[in-house]
Amino acid sequence: MRFGGLLAVDGLSFAANKGDITAIIGPNGAGKTTVFNCLTGFYRPSSGTLAFDRGGKTLALERMEGWRITRDAGVARTFQNIRLFTGMTVLENLIVAQHNKLMRASVYSLAGLLGLKRYRDAEGAAVETARYWLDRVGLVDHANRLAGTLPYGAQRRLEIARAMCTDPLLLCLDEPAAGLNPRESAELNELLLAIRERHKVGILLIEHDMNVVMGISDRIVVLDYGKKIAEGTPGEIRSNQAVIKAYLGEPDA
Amino acid sequence: MSYFLQQLINGLTLGAIYALIAIGYTMVYGIIGMINFAHGEIYMIGAFVSLITFFVLGVVGVTWVPLALVLVLVSAMGFTAFYGWTIERVAYRPLRGSFRLAPLISAIGMSIFLQNYVQLLQGARVKSLPPVIQGGFKLMESNGFTVQLSYLQIIIMLLTVALMAGFSIMIAATPLGRAQRACEQDMTMAALLGVNVDRTISTTFIIGAALAAVAGMMVTMYYGVIDFFIGFLAGMKAFTAAVLGGIGSLPGAVLGGFLIGLIEAFWSGYFSSAYKDVAVFGVLILVLIFRPSGLLGRPEVEKV
Amino acid sequence: MPLRNLLKDSAFAALVALILAIPLVGFNPIEGGKVEMRLNWVIIAVVAVFIGRIAIGLVPRRSRAVRAAPRFAPMTSRHIQWLGWMGLVAAVIWPLLPFSSRYLVDLATTVLIYIMLGWGLNIVVGLAGLLNLGYVAFYAVGAYAFAISAQYFDLSFWEALPIAGALATFVGVLLALPVLRLRGDYLAIVTLGFGEIIRIILLNWVSVTGGPNGINNIPRPTFFGLPLAASAPGGGTTFAKFFGIPFNPGQRIIFLYFVILALAMATNFLTVRLRRLPVGRAWEALREDEIASRALGINPTNVKLSAFAIGALLAGFAGAFFATRQGFISPESFTFQESATVLAIVVLGGMGSQLGVVLAAIILVTLPEFGREFAQFRMLVFGASMVGIMIWRPRGIFSNRTPSIQLGAPPA
Repeated sequence: MRFGGLLAVDGLSFAANKGDITAIIGPNGAGKTTVFNCLTGFYRPSSGTLAFDRGGKTLALERMEGWRITRDAGVARTFQNIRLFTGMTVLENLIVAQHNKLMRASVYSLAGLLGLKRYRDAEGAAVETARYWLDRVGLVDHANRLAGTLPYGAQRRLEIARAMCTDPLLLCLDEPAAGLNPRESAELNELLLAIRERHKVGILLIEHDMNVVMGISDRIVVLDYGKKIAEGTPGEIRSNQAVIKAYLGEPDA
Repeated sequence: MSYFLQQLINGLTLGAIYALIAIGYTMVYGIIGMINFAHGEIYMIGAFVSLITFFVLGVVGVTWVPLALVLVLVSAMGFTAFYGWTIERVAYRPLRGSFRLAPLISAIGMSIFLQNYVQLLQGARVKSLPPVIQGGFKLMESNGFTVQLSYLQIIIMLLTVALMAGFSIMIAATPLGRAQRACEQDMTMAALLGVNVDRTISTTFIIGAALAAVAGMMVTMYYGVIDFFIGFLAGMKAFTAAVLGGIGSLPGAVLGGFLIGLIEAFWSGYFSSAYKDVAVFGVLILVLIFRPSGLLGRPEVEKV
Repeated sequence: MPLRNLLKDSAFAALVALILAIPLVGFNPIEGGKVEMRLNWVIIAVVAVFIGRIAIGLVPRRSRAVRAAPRFAPMTSRHIQWLGWMGLVAAVIWPLLPFSSRYLVDLATTVLIYIMLGWGLNIVVGLAGLLNLGYVAFYAVGAYAFAISAQYFDLSFWEALPIAGALATFVGVLLALPVLRLRGDYLAIVTLGFGEIIRIILLNWVSVTGGPNGINNIPRPTFFGLPLAASAPGGGTTFAKFFGIPFNPGQRIIFLYFVILALAMATNFLTVRLRRLPVGRAWEALREDEIASRALGINPTNVKLSAFAIGALLAGFAGAFFATRQGFISPESFTFQESATVLAIVVLGGMGSQLGVVLAAIILVTLPEFGREFAQFRMLVFGASMVGIMIWRPRGIFSNRTPSIQLGAPPA
């Protein structure tokens, strides 16, 4: 990915396996978020491919519009600086995330306008899905509150719940533990592990908090200056010389 | 051929005026990323201040044309710049950081307010100014058609080019210009580095308004009649010019201004003068569809 | 703020006002190269600004966060609903009230036209967050589509109404489709220009639109085919004859009133219903944060287009009604002033608030009826209040938002 004269991500190649938690780490400015933005269609990579396997069919994400990537490929994401619909309630945030499912049920809004049973049932099911995720992130009691009035940690959890409501195959989290206290980040670990175990959803994670990264990742990819410098299990990465150099710098000779 | 030449001259004159207004749109957009809908009204106020100053000078007895022109120019630029400054202070500054539509709605409210303000104070009917500078060169004559280049047209083009050159140098080479470019890149960062963001934005509005005032003065002298509604269409066209040239780009605004002037002149000269505004609007739509970044602009990268 | 500082600020504001006032307020060029001096006006303006600035300074300030947040209290959605029903009852019995006159019913009809336009634009601006500055263009398309189809193809009001709506929608989609992909402000300026373009076309396409003279003798609506007139063309049955009551020209006025009331209520029903559907929530989501909406798989172009098209459709219906009510239309009825008025109704009422639109429409439309001074200063005050509202109460005077769905509460 190139921005004018700046090569932000260069010749990067890695695989995130189905149902795995894959972490992308690297110093600030290494190009982690750019990888996410390419993956979720906000940027179009200058060259290269992003192949996504869904039910045996391979989708070329680099050629799809962002909203199609979520709808058709099943890639959901959160943002480094939380992007909730702050003027809408917590529940509404989760219902909006089920837009495509409900839209189909409402048949171009006609069934919805007429209040047909088919639509009412779909809406009921959507509320149940939302209730399930609210329960998972501990926000059921706040369902009717404006999302913007939630405390910071709760907003982070709500954003993950909202992404899960799109029914994804791959969940991309951009620094989900940023700004969380130790207790909250332990809860986050649990939530992410549960998403992997119970919902069989793969997770791609950008994170600086090494407790989270080392604690839950199946594989780790390390970026520096847009290039992959290491890839492996947490144990392998921990002892990798190139990684230590990138983070701590060259020891003085 | 001679008809073509005449349209070319008229188009360039008109283009100079649009370019002056377009600079205001493009600078404000560059720095705070907002379309200043009230900018057309700023130009209209510039036209009225010029006309009023001409009349007042007439009453006072200043009859030597060069002196009168300089005084009118100073008065129009000064008072109109003050209007520009006040509008930013009152209608836009309190809204920084508000929701997305707020500054746009405030701007359209300001535009409605200014139109009616001038209408109430100066009347709804057109005001006219007797010709100040008459005469010109006869460039060529063929088939009984004379190509004329009036002194006024020469003044308009020369003044436009001089002002634009001056401002380009200012943006490129002075601390003010540097502050402006810094704010364009990242307002928070610029503020942290000691750039006075408020003052920089104010100055941008002042410069934009002063240039629009010159355009207003030129139009008053060129057409001889103005009314409270002239800012609407001129604003639209100047905005189209800014978009055509690439919004945010100064040379783009100038190029766009001249192109729009030429399109309008040739369209009314060869097709239909009733639909000349429709033609310009068509250009706006076409540019937005096929080249939203304009001729000289850079494509916008969305920040996620 | 300490009084000393306030006085200093106010003196500064007065000085600014003085400089601003000198050219445009102080002098008025009149015929024959003379200039009328108006020093007294300048003094009034300066004093007014000074006092106004002090008054603003004395009002306690609220933080921006408080100002920006939608206000649930003190009115709950139950109160709002109750008020809404009261309003509807009042509207239905309005023509039957003892003090009701032809003039009052006529005025209420005008108010209802603006309420309908306001509600229509509210979908576009208030819910979807798309600034449409040329809304009156679709109103004009509806009016002319009806007038022309009635004149050339001899269609009745009820037959031509869908055509008017469809044409306005078509034009709206055609205009918006290329622009909706771009930044929001481009849509604003394109619609602003489009409003003017439609007016220019109406003025110049004389063979179809009649140019500046407009179109005359537009047929009136009928009551299930029964004309509301003294006599039916070709000796048919009139409304009065059918029901065996004496003819009275007031009947038509009242009938028109109920037609627009029905149209407006249908608009309201549609809006309230759509807000609780996925489409409506997607409108609001896009208004709040387009990037997040895209990340949830929402197709922004389609969703915006649906809001824009529904807005145009409703304006088209309102336009057709306007044409049949006036019996005569010309480009003069479709100027930027009209777009500005409707936008002011939406903004002052509180974007997204149905009841706010009603109150704002009543105030804005009846204000000029109180006298020439009110009419003259109306747009001046609208413009200034749009700025003021954005600064002090960005969600409008009557802002309050009912969630589209609630956990634990039965779906309304």
